[in-house]
Amino acid sequence: MRNFFRVAWLVMRKDLKVESRSWEMVSTTLFFSVSCVLVFSFAFVREGRPIEGAAAGILWIAVAFSGTLALGPTFERERYHDALRGLLLAPVERSAIFAGKLLGIVLLMTLVEFVVVLLVALLFQAPFIANVLWIGALLILGNFGFAAVGTLFAAMLVRTRSRAVLLPILLYPIVLPALIAGVMGTLAVIQTEPNFDLARFWMSLLLFFDVIFATLALWTFEPVMTE
Amino acid sequence: MNQRIFAGFLIVGVVMFAIAPVYIARAPYESTMGLIQKIFYFHVPAWFVMFSAVFISGIFSAVYLFKQKPVADRIAFAAAEIAVLFGVIGLITGPLWARKSWGVWWQWDARLTMALILEMIFCAYLLLRRYGGPGSDKLAAGLALFGLANVPFVYISVNVWRTIHPATSVVPQLAASAPGMFGPFVWCTISFFVLFFVMLMTRIRLEEQRAEVERLHLIVEKG
Repeated sequence: MRNFFRVAWLVMRKDLKVESRSWEMVSTTLFFSVSCVLVFSFAFVREGRPIEGAAAGILWIAVAFSGTLALGPTFERERYHDALRGLLLAPVERSAIFAGKLLGIVLLMTLVEFVVVLLVALLFQAPFIANVLWIGALLILGNFGFAAVGTLFAAMLVRTRSRAVLLPILLYPIVLPALIAGVMGTLAVIQTEPNFDLARFWMSLLLFFDVIFATLALWTFEPVMTE
Repeated sequence: MNQRIFAGFLIVGVVMFAIAPVYIARAPYESTMGLIQKIFYFHVPAWFVMFSAVFISGIFSAVYLFKQKPVADRIAFAAAEIAVLFGVIGLITGPLWARKSWGVWWQWDARLTMALILEMIFCAYLLLRRYGGPGSDKLAAGLALFGLANVPFVYISVNVWRTIHPATSVVPQLAASAPGMFGPFVWCTISFFVLFFVMLMTRIRLEEQRAEVERLHLIVEKG
């Protein structure tokens, strides 16, 4: 078990180190999500007043879109110089490699979402800052579920021809329950009269989703990555 | 499978489907919805078959992933195609009922949403099989397994979320509340399952033959 966490930690550290040298994934994802939010603000903010409840949906759409963009290159780097084969041949548990990749993606997504949350709060006058703990918890749970499924699918598709097209096609239907829970939970928190009981329910649903899909992803990573 | 058993199922299915409309026409009319309620006799069995196909596809995908048995992959693939087909039947018949019953074609109701999600997952499965290239069988198996994991969300969501869809208790209570409707409903359900079985067997056989042709083709190519 200790070895599992060590490997996961090393894989995550490697990914973050590679990222810190180029900032490729963070900068492109951030730019894309900011563009998304701006486009939505042109459509949904009229005369300085946003459509009621739009902020929750826009926040999670930005999370989903930027998350998909971030997941694309996760295993792409490993394709060069047969690094993926090397990684899979390493005498370590493959699920630990998956866990490391997953944690890296969750961290990068969270980093980008700091800016997205602030931007949505600013443009849509949403009380995200006043409910920062609720929004933060919902986003972290949502990120984790989204990234658990996404990392597995990105890994599965790494040897496929049309991976760029297939990733969102496979990913969105599976993570839709998590996105619905995220949107509804956020909506329950930011509405004029917040309903924290409802938010707690959506949060538990997200947690339930995370546990099931992270377990399944850990379980299936080994057989799907076997050549 | 023995061809005689298969032919037997095929004949039973055809006869049952031929009789079903008569049986449905003779069933009593529901007091508020009238004629449109009769969609129920095809709508509900279509979803039963769809969920069964999803279950079979998910289970055999897991078997294929962990035991690497090609026959499991063929069953999973066949069941996924049937799941999509019966899902489409459910998604067409549902709005016809909804228009009359709720006044709208579609509602973002919990069960409808989740059924749509399942349909999308299995459409994605078929797209992956079609365009994924070599190795897509394993990827699709992973996807079907995730699709199966989504099924509990469908049922849990119905009981937890507020919904306008008739509750799951309608069907179990049908025998006591409307015995005149229960007979045709059971008849249609059995007919749909016979059809499902026949289609599944045909599709698996087709996949087996396709695999055999591929094998022979490789032998010829190698000379």
